[in-house]
Amino acid sequence: MSDLRTPLARARGLGSARDGLHHWWAQRLTAVALIPLVVWFAISLVMLSGADYGVARAWIGSPLVMVLLILTITVGLHHGQLGLQVVIEDYVHGDGKKLALIMAVRFIAVIFGLAATVAILRIGFGG
Amino acid sequence: MSVANRPVHRPLSPHLQIYKPQLTSTLSILHRATGIALSVGALYLATWVIYAAASPKAYALFQSFNMSIAGRIVLGGWLFCAFYHLCNGIRHLFWDAGYGFELKDAYRSGWIVVAVSLIATVVSWVVGLRLV
Repeated sequence: MSDLRTPLARARGLGSARDGLHHWWAQRLTAVALIPLVVWFAISLVMLSGADYGVARAWIGSPLVMVLLILTITVGLHHGQLGLQVVIEDYVHGDGKKLALIMAVRFIAVIFGLAATVAILRIGFGG
Repeated sequence: MSVANRPVHRPLSPHLQIYKPQLTSTLSILHRATGIALSVGALYLATWVIYAAASPKAYALFQSFNMSIAGRIVLGGWLFCAFYHLCNGIRHLFWDAGYGFELKDAYRSGWIVVAVSLIATVVSWVVGLRLV
């Protein structure tokens, strides 16, 4: 009897955080996706040093860049939000404060992700 | 006072400042610190495309900050954080897969992360500043 968990708890497989593997797996999945995206984005950012309005918009609005940029920003924000959640869980004490901060991080990530996506599409499709 | 709330008089493990700084622990906390910085940096980069979509005037305002000393520190710092977190993140993924846990390997991969992220940072700064 090395396992003290009930058979039901083991079958559910959700662990003490009641969240299972979802957070851990999502963090790894976004990490792997971000390897090529961040390399591409860092090189692009350096090459765009000093780019004026027209150059920057022409770059953002090209179809391939639009796809990669939306991916980089949304996947990056998702990965960042998952990481910040762990930091908050580790260092912020008190359930109310913890919950409020995690919610705030999620809201900010979604708002900026959506706003950036709309901005990129607007530049690409004109208007 | 309930049993759960009674103060516990057990010996505590030594606090962080007791330990001699090691490469492994320094890189570990740096991974967290750069992760937090990159999360804020992601908002900054999202703001960049939002301003680019808004108007030439808004973009010029944003660009004038990027060109200032503070802006260059932010962007240059972002690049270092990105390269470091990327390299050390790959190191973490290898650990997740069960590789590189021997002390010798952890130190070797740690130094590789330091070298690669510093070289990438310097190269990107030199190229970026030449293009400005």
